[in-house]
Amino acid sequence: MASIAQDIKSPAGAGRLAYNSRRHINERIIEWLLLAAALVAVATTLGIVFILVKESLSFFAVVPLWDFLTDDQWTPLFSDPHFGIVVLLSGTLTSSLIALTVAIPLGTVIAIYLSEFASERVREIWKPVLELLAGIPTIIYGYFALFFLTPILQQFIPGLPGFNLLSAGLMMGIMIVPYISSISEDAMRAVPMALREGSYSMGATRLQTALRVVVPAAFSGIAAAYILGISRAVGETMIVAVAAGMQPNLTMNPTEPAATITAYIVQVAKGDLPHGSVGYQTIFAAGLTLFLVTLVFNLAGFWLKRRFREVY
Amino acid sequence: MNSTPTRDLVQVRSMIAAHKRRDIAFAVLGFAALTLCFVTFVALFVDMLVDGASRLTADFFTSFASRRAGQAGILAAWVGTFLLMLVTAAVAVPIGVASGLYLEEYAPRNRFTAIIEININNLAGVPSIVYGLLALGMFVHTFGLGASVLTAGLTLGLLILPIVIVATRESIRAVPGMIREAAYALGATRWQMVRHHVLPYSMPGILTGVIIGLSRAIGETAPIVTIGAVTFIAFLPPAPLTAAPPFVSFEWLLSPFTAMPIQIFNWTSRPEVAFQQNASAAALVLVGMTLLMNAIAIWLRYRLRRNLKW
Amino acid sequence: MASKAPKPDLATLQKKAEARALNFFYGKKQALKNITLPVFDRRVTALIGPSGCGKSTFLRCFNRMHDLYPGNRYDGEIRFFPDDLNLLGADVDPIEVRMRLAMVFQKPNPFPKSIFENVAYGLRIRGVKQRSLLMDKVEEALSSAALWNEVKDRLDEQANNLSGGQQQRLCIARALASEPEMLLFDEPTSALDPIATASIEELIHQLKDKVTILIVTHNMQQAARVSDFTAYMYLGDLIEFGWTDDVFFRPTNKQTEDYITGRFG
Repeated sequence: MASIAQDIKSPAGAGRLAYNSRRHINERIIEWLLLAAALVAVATTLGIVFILVKESLSFFAVVPLWDFLTDDQWTPLFSDPHFGIVVLLSGTLTSSLIALTVAIPLGTVIAIYLSEFASERVREIWKPVLELLAGIPTIIYGYFALFFLTPILQQFIPGLPGFNLLSAGLMMGIMIVPYISSISEDAMRAVPMALREGSYSMGATRLQTALRVVVPAAFSGIAAAYILGISRAVGETMIVAVAAGMQPNLTMNPTEPAATITAYIVQVAKGDLPHGSVGYQTIFAAGLTLFLVTLVFNLAGFWLKRRFREVY
Repeated sequence: MNSTPTRDLVQVRSMIAAHKRRDIAFAVLGFAALTLCFVTFVALFVDMLVDGASRLTADFFTSFASRRAGQAGILAAWVGTFLLMLVTAAVAVPIGVASGLYLEEYAPRNRFTAIIEININNLAGVPSIVYGLLALGMFVHTFGLGASVLTAGLTLGLLILPIVIVATRESIRAVPGMIREAAYALGATRWQMVRHHVLPYSMPGILTGVIIGLSRAIGETAPIVTIGAVTFIAFLPPAPLTAAPPFVSFEWLLSPFTAMPIQIFNWTSRPEVAFQQNASAAALVLVGMTLLMNAIAIWLRYRLRRNLKW
Repeated sequence: MASKAPKPDLATLQKKAEARALNFFYGKKQALKNITLPVFDRRVTALIGPSGCGKSTFLRCFNRMHDLYPGNRYDGEIRFFPDDLNLLGADVDPIEVRMRLAMVFQKPNPFPKSIFENVAYGLRIRGVKQRSLLMDKVEEALSSAALWNEVKDRLDEQANNLSGGQQQRLCIARALASEPEMLLFDEPTSALDPIATASIEELIHQLKDKVTILIVTHNMQQAARVSDFTAYMYLGDLIEFGWTDDVFFRPTNKQTEDYITGRFG
């Protein structure tokens, strides 16, 4: 590729100003290479959809979709197998609900506090701390839930089994708090100071301004934060695999052990299921269900996040 | 309306006092919420420390896993993690930076580009276990790569791709238009401008994003388990550097392996208390690595904000 | 134009507020130097001067807006009548101050709420909940702001849908709804077109019999049109103060004259 220096040194007229086709081709090649890289993301999505659907189709050739959706037992490896996804969904739903009951209030309160109440210095200290909290590997949260939180809970709830959804759900909640608080806080910070001045100039306190002006103005961003938090809870694997156990159990009772969709996939993958067997294919059917659920939430969250950016 | 106060000032003042009390109550609540999270974190750390610090001997780092808890170590695990991070970075950095460059400098604003961007945003939210399923179906079986370092590295590389892409785009965006215009005005081609001006200035920001991505990858368990990384490994992958020519071997890429999160997961599943101690110790090491990387990234970002004065 | 009736003696006029030896510092930088200035009751007082002279800074002292940002310091007093309160006193609650003085900003800043809720905001934070009472007050405020007829059929619409001039009148209505004792206008028409500007100026004429008005403007002609009194500031100092007629046609200070005649701007 011709460099700028080379062009300047060559005689005027012939080389410098002539259309350098080699340089032009090089530019195009580079652009295509970069485009190819960007298309990897599209290829990944296509790959995910392809493999999930392909294996699921083999699965649904053997197991009727109606059974999959309505059976109330999940026992794929028994001699009389049942494939009711509802069982796994109940574990996912219960643990996620518990997690969000913790994460949404905590995350929102923290976001309002950091955005509207705390001084710049306090923010500068706490934002990195929250980021660190978000960076802890989830296997560690799972370990902590099993060995530290569950014994404490057992003091308060006699008869609580070693594996239970409550412990896993609470720990997941704490893990999700930084996600919710950081996206909500960004949304609130984007609200212009002029609106706050308008409120303060009328004699409002920080709390009144925060709740009556800032939060409504940042609403779509905050909603995006909640939805992405839901998506995160539904897709979480290790905390529930370690602390809630991997026994499928159709229940909404948090004091029971249960397997989520994600924990089930881990359990099967850890074992030795022959490639191509129905047992092997169950994890893809479960995975497809999971992917579709989180896809809906992700798209909703992404659309909402874009909306709040456009307003300001 | 009046120009003199007709309302009862005492009443107004008591109302204001009530509002301010609520204001302060919320500030206390907010700080308590922050403290709750912090205390959880500290409790976790202290618990691990108390339980596992005694196991952090030199032997621990140089021994393989064993059925006897007292002799088990994380050698295979941390070597595996290290090799895994090499492959992950080798996948995520070129593809991620190139994607970011394309989207910021070359891509036209049309529907095609929007599709790429939607895909990237969506992938950021896909649960990590789904990446594991992709790897299991495509890399392990269809491409025949088996449960190897290469498979896991590809998977984790794709997993952190959105993080690297977003960090690249934001760093590139921060480079002011003036610099680009100056380069163009001197006759530079687009790639010359990018290579000589935009990339060097964005490097620190990209680096920060890569470190954050890797710190996330280091702790990922679900995708690696799904691929079938074995937990009990009493050997290391073949060394990348050999004594005989050509001095570099790629055998290690296709070797089975284990990694830190897997080892912790395995030890956590064992009932014996002694294995719990091992799990605590290994968890300490993993958290230490993660925090170190995060801290470096945060410090880098802080330094950058002060140094760059356009 | 200010009234042509014979002007009363300043000593007989009631003051609503008075700044006394007021200094103000943004961190280390002094923005206001030893300002002593009366604000007469139910009159319009205009603050004019070139950019950076401190007129907005001075205005924002009155309702303690500077308290919202760290590093600011007041030195001196602003006395407020009839109870002779020092608005800048350390023991005086800024929230109480802001409930008694209302401000209209340079760029209209309606909340992202309905027209009704915008105007009702001040009442709601004072604890007024009854819908009928709110409705009455909102109608009264919107009428005083000459906006009622235009919006009475669409009170539940988003305030952001209004035009610039309407939004500014909405902000004025919002300020009026809480029955303030003094209105602070910070360049209220600089973001508006001439027709909207004229309607705001007309509004100021109507309001001044009921509430004291202090208005900052960079537009000299506007000051001449709406105000009874004018204060000319330059680089943080108060150069001249007096009846608007006097300041514009018979300035005693050469600096004032130079500014008025446009020798610098």
